[in-house]
Amino acid sequence: MIEVRLYATLREGRGKIVMLEPEKAANAGAVLSHLGIPAEDVAILLINGFHRKPEDTVKDGDVLALFPPVGGG
Amino acid sequence: MEERYQRNIPALSEEECHLLRKKTVAVIGCGGLGGYALEMLSRIGVGTIRAVDGDVFEPSNLNRQLLSSPGQLGVSKAEAAAERIRNINPEVTVCAIPVFMDKHNCRELIHGCDVVMDALDSIESRRILSEACNQLGIPYIYGAIQGWVGQVCVILPGDRTMKQLYPEGTVMKDNSVLSFTPALCASVQVAQCIKLLTGRFTGTKGIFFFDLLNQEFETIPMDNDNQ
Repeated sequence: MIEVRLYATLREGRGKIVMLEPEKAANAGAVLSHLGIPAEDVAILLINGFHRKPEDTVKDGDVLALFPPVGGG
Repeated sequence: MEERYQRNIPALSEEECHLLRKKTVAVIGCGGLGGYALEMLSRIGVGTIRAVDGDVFEPSNLNRQLLSSPGQLGVSKAEAAAERIRNINPEVTVCAIPVFMDKHNCRELIHGCDVVMDALDSIESRRILSEACNQLGIPYIYGAIQGWVGQVCVILPGDRTMKQLYPEGTVMKDNSVLSFTPALCASVQVAQCIKLLTGRFTGTKGIFFFDLLNQEFETIPMDNDNQ
């Protein structure tokens, strides 16, 4: 399974952690699509603790962490 | 040690308090984050503070910006900051600069500073400021807030953190900020600033992320090639 950890506003309507079967998403962008998250709503995308991009592949056992952009002051 | 600073001791040594008096910090933005940061920097005893903001107070600032009040609507944020600092601690040399930072004036605004505090409210202005800090070799203390959440990170010259925080195409859709969020974010920023100024900073640990709705605090790792 792929574990997706969602932070802040990305949790709304989705929950804190979503488990996905690996065949449902070949890359991080497909994970976002599966969860209905527009790519521009994610600023920080980690795979197993490393900064990655939507086109990077994901596999069984990976842990994704998704953070929305935070830009106010 | 003057009585004013007695409660800094022993959390800070007398030598560190004296050291702070010789330091210069620029706070870029005097709104939500900036208002709290300026308050804390002046109370702890940073010697010289530049308060930079070209904006004036408006009613939508009142829910969170420490320096704002109904009587201050229409007043320059930088001038209000300077007045507040002079009231809090007349020993601080404060310079109000009521201009908007941009790519043309950025280097001049921060030249000679020991640390630059990010209290801006847009991604593009942060990119400009962090790049200027990088070029001038000045540590940059990133802080950003939204709703219930905030992020803080010390960005040292040579770091590429801004690209990790805001990849190309990043769009801000939510401009809400609650009253307590800038206070916490600015507190963490100022703590990092004081550590940098006193030589206690031991290296960037990552991006500090907090979510006050879910009471979560995370440290987002930096990329290996950023360290």
